[in-house]
Amino acid sequence: MWEFILERANYWAIIGLMMVGLYVVFSSENLIKRMVGLSVFQTSICLFYVTLGKVTGGTAPVLFGPDTPKGEAYAGAETDGALLAATTPGPAELVNLYSNPLPHVLMLTAIVVGVATLSVGLALVVRIREAYGTIEDNEVRDMDLDVARLEAIAAARHDKSEAPA
Amino acid sequence: MMNAILALAPAWAEAHAPVLLIMVPLMLAPIMAMLPNGRLAWFTAIFAAAAAFVFALIVQALIMTGPTGNISYAIGRWPPPLGIEFRVDALSSLLLLLITFMSLLTAIFSWPTIKAEIRPAKHAMVYCALTLCLVGFAGVAVTGDAFNLFVFLEICSISAYVLVALGERRDRRALPAAFNYLIMGTIGASFYIIGIGFLYAATGTLNMADLASKLPALSDSRAVQAGFAFILIGLALKSAMWPMHFWLPNAYAFAPSAVTVLLAATATKAAIYALARFLFTVFDPEAPFVAMSLDYVLMPLALAAILIASVQATFQTNVRRMLAYSSVAQVGYMLLGLSLATVAGVSAGLFHLTAHALMKGALFMAVAGLVLTYEGTHIKDFSGLGRSAPWTMTGFAIAALSLIGVPLTLGFQTKLQLGRALLEKGYLFGVAAVAIGSMLAILYIGRILVAAFFEPPVNPRKARAEAPLLILVPLWILALANIYFGIDANALYALSQAAGRAALLVGGGS
Repeated sequence: MWEFILERANYWAIIGLMMVGLYVVFSSENLIKRMVGLSVFQTSICLFYVTLGKVTGGTAPVLFGPDTPKGEAYAGAETDGALLAATTPGPAELVNLYSNPLPHVLMLTAIVVGVATLSVGLALVVRIREAYGTIEDNEVRDMDLDVARLEAIAAARHDKSEAPA
Repeated sequence: MMNAILALAPAWAEAHAPVLLIMVPLMLAPIMAMLPNGRLAWFTAIFAAAAAFVFALIVQALIMTGPTGNISYAIGRWPPPLGIEFRVDALSSLLLLLITFMSLLTAIFSWPTIKAEIRPAKHAMVYCALTLCLVGFAGVAVTGDAFNLFVFLEICSISAYVLVALGERRDRRALPAAFNYLIMGTIGASFYIIGIGFLYAATGTLNMADLASKLPALSDSRAVQAGFAFILIGLALKSAMWPMHFWLPNAYAFAPSAVTVLLAATATKAAIYALARFLFTVFDPEAPFVAMSLDYVLMPLALAAILIASVQATFQTNVRRMLAYSSVAQVGYMLLGLSLATVAGVSAGLFHLTAHALMKGALFMAVAGLVLTYEGTHIKDFSGLGRSAPWTMTGFAIAALSLIGVPLTLGFQTKLQLGRALLEKGYLFGVAAVAIGSMLAILYIGRILVAAFFEPPVNPRKARAEAPLLILVPLWILALANIYFGIDANALYALSQAAGRAALLVGGGS
């Protein structure tokens, strides 16, 4: 039982982080805090992927020793994917044990996407603060509700003034 | 006709069409942002969208004449399971045609409304963002790599958040709307990427075709099932499936008019495409957990969307919000078709998807034109516009009738096919829901039409003025398309059927 839980300690940490992030996004009224929650949530996903890439006993994924690609074809292969894929040893032929580098690369992309989202979100918060004078979601909602109410009253008046004619 | 396209296209365009479709707009977008003047950026945006449309036509021609029914393009010559693959089959090419065509019309029509609604200094930036949106949607349709799809989904979403927020000059409520859209959209994308992580952990591959060949053996794996759930919820959030649609009405109602047209015609469609791709191509629809979620999650939610969102639409007094709620209901029709998981059902769902882009595009274009000259999107503001702006309002009316599903319009044809597919499975309640949804559509659309055609004009601002010609022409192209395909839907339905077959991997697709 304990072994089962402790073996997966990294997943428990990630799930905990994920839930914290999601909870902050939904429970907080402060728009900045919601962005913080979103970032925590996204970071936990990055950790999840990094965890996936770890191979027990594996080293950094740089080919060394007997695994180094050889042959003359390799010299021109750097610019051509098909050639490079053909000259590099496949996973079955490797002598040393390496960690999986792919999830890390994916997360580099996801981090870039996350940064872009965060910056757009924060820019929006700045504009909301300029337009409404607050960054509390409930206050923004109240102000919008007031506007909607005024619109409804104006529409009702409009109806009345039309009726006799 | 397809052979004529191939005869005209140069060899380099044929060989690289799937990637040029993405790269030309993607390269032009930053150039647009640097252009000093909005009009120049507008021309560039039209050029980018037109180029994308031409490449989409070439791709379609290649698929229809090719032996295998799909094109695979290995980026950087890395062979597919290792490298990123662009893979186009009948399903993606239908989406590509739709997305690039609607983007082209939106780009042409957008100038008068953007000039009126957005500060001149921002015009070039707006066109940059609009073009990036096109890149994202087209990329979602074209890619054969699950992680790549996430990147394209985020490219279009982030530019969509920015575009929605630009409505703040007219109404500051656009800002919170964009913020909520950002939060929901990001959570959706994050869920999707968690799901992809699970699939990667279980299979060790990200290529969709490779995933599809490895997943059937793993359908008992808890990781695959959890991954499926995450992907379903993530894409459902992006496609505004009821009850995850809360970001949509405000985003559509307060965004600049041109942006609403583009988003209504393409945004949810790209997400629904991704959903179809995963439900049917990547996962096996026969697998128990997929079949169960189709029957007990997707179908009930689709029926609820049709009924509840239609009822909500009848209570709206703002025309754009009403049309937005109607969009949520229409997403319900599409998902209802998909949830049947038969060729007829999926084809009908995709057919409705295409039709909905044509009619909602026309409706929002007409509203954009009317708002430009008369201001105000309340139903009362539409009183008498049938007489003041007959051409604009008639275009609106044609698309509105198509939305209801009146015979001789495209909407009728799609609902007919949807009804047929439902009857084939014996789902009478589904047919009933479609019928009730159409009646509710008569109620909410009828209120606008009655106000426009049978009430005296109350708008004192301008007695009589049409929308500008730049809006009228794309509007009427869409309106006439609604009538033309309403009378003879064979061509469009054949495309949807090929797409449905490709999605379900029946008969030559893969």
